[in-house]
Amino acid sequence: MSAQTNLIYLVAAVLFIFGLKMLSSPRTARRGNMLAMLGMLIAIVITLLDRQIISWPYIMVGIIIGSAVGYIAAQRVALTEMPQMVAVFNGLGGGASMLVAFAEVGPRVLRLETNPELYLVVTIVLSVLIGTVTLTGSMVAYAKLQGLLTGAPIVYRGQHVVNVILIVVCAVLGIMMAFNPSMWLLLVLVFIIAAVLGVSLVIRIGGADMPVVIALLNSYSGLAAAATGFVISNNVLIISGALVGASGLILTKIMCVAMNRSLANVLFGAVGTAGGTGVVSEEEKKSVTRYTPMDAALMLENAYSVIIIPGYGLAVAQAQHVLQEGAKLLMDKGIKVRYAIHPVAGRMPGHMNVLLAEANVPYDLLLDMTEINEDFKDTDIVLVIGANDVINPAARYKKGSPLYGMPILNADQARTVIICKRSLSPGFSGEDNELFYDDKTMMVFGDAKKTVTDITNILKSA
Amino acid sequence: MEVIIVFSLYVFVLSMLVGFEVIAKVPTLLHTPLMSGSNAISGITIVGALISAGSGHGVVSSILGMFAVIMATVNVVGGFKVTDRMLGMFKKQK
Repeated sequence: MSAQTNLIYLVAAVLFIFGLKMLSSPRTARRGNMLAMLGMLIAIVITLLDRQIISWPYIMVGIIIGSAVGYIAAQRVALTEMPQMVAVFNGLGGGASMLVAFAEVGPRVLRLETNPELYLVVTIVLSVLIGTVTLTGSMVAYAKLQGLLTGAPIVYRGQHVVNVILIVVCAVLGIMMAFNPSMWLLLVLVFIIAAVLGVSLVIRIGGADMPVVIALLNSYSGLAAAATGFVISNNVLIISGALVGASGLILTKIMCVAMNRSLANVLFGAVGTAGGTGVVSEEEKKSVTRYTPMDAALMLENAYSVIIIPGYGLAVAQAQHVLQEGAKLLMDKGIKVRYAIHPVAGRMPGHMNVLLAEANVPYDLLLDMTEINEDFKDTDIVLVIGANDVINPAARYKKGSPLYGMPILNADQARTVIICKRSLSPGFSGEDNELFYDDKTMMVFGDAKKTVTDITNILKSA
Repeated sequence: MEVIIVFSLYVFVLSMLVGFEVIAKVPTLLHTPLMSGSNAISGITIVGALISAGSGHGVVSSILGMFAVIMATVNVVGGFKVTDRMLGMFKKQK
């Protein structure tokens, strides 16, 4: 590769970094994405112009198929299905890195007169290992999110032992390969074992923990690209891969903190069930006051300030558009309306923000937990739709509860809390929510979309 | 070629650190576009795929390379496109 090519790769890498930097504000984010796109285009074009490229048919076929599939998928996907889509894309990125490592075995290892450098063999093995785990792990994550596989953890006896054995066998094969670089069949074995490992690692993770897994696989897809960069001594792959690896790790950590779990607990704890099967403790039957959408609408109309807490139930019911319609009616009356977004309100980091942005909620009304948590105590009404665990006060004091220590939205500090929910069933944690029984809470039972539509219609006619 | 690997490790570690600094400043508001956008960037492996598919190192390398190009292109095109689509939805209050 020529020095000019390498220098232009540097330009691409710089564009990636500036592109990511511009994602720090919604004003500049779209241009930032364009900048990263430009960087990618430059990297691709300069590669195609390089002397190394002597044959075009395979390249053209690949680019045409890939562009068509990618474009159509991105155009059509519903935003509720973003987690699945990102999972698939992660998997494809990891898979591509793995294939490149395989393709380099011939020219870089087998056709050499002397033995190849040790580091080359090690990085090829690593690239195949990480790339393959990313590929099959992402496919399992996709199947779980899409409902093709049960969302509950699939656990079998001795799973940890099997996983550890798989990792050890991979390491041994890698070492054998390092000493016998011509035995490329060893690499095929690494591939097979890594494929099984990817499935085995992700299959035991519950549906609610998927945001962490996707973030982690995001990181892996970057690390796989970086490993491939080591194989072909290409710095733009190493830089970009490292950036994505870092990004995925940060998001993984944020999600773990928001869910009050350690990464080890998410990966190995097999926490969760298919549905909310928690049981409300029968011994202390508490009374709940039922209200109608009419009561809720009257309260909302007479408030000065309202904070809406949307949960994933809102998006499942597709109620976000009509909710924003109602919120707008309130704002037109001069009422201060804002949305409080908990980090886990959705199926991937930041998911709820995108779903609400699609429903035309201006982004300056979307506030994350740290921005808005101090404001609840001066707020008249909190309107909770399809959320539960993220407002459960038990997280603050009830030691031994699965929620204990999890950061929550301070909904209980508002003057009145309106909760729209199907039933009193506990959330994913199985922990009963005392806020349902509080005197200042108005429970409005029913389907989220129907309730919100009713409230909005009443506001409209008023 | 010890020099190459050490040099590559420098690049890797320093890029990781730059990544941590830059990404930590992205607000939660934009974490989903961040994931899909950074995902598209990880499709940079397409550069390796193009070289494998086009440098005439035999049919096996070329075919493996072609599949790598397909996967990486889906990743790049789809990732950037869906990120742009999402970011287009973020609007400020009028």
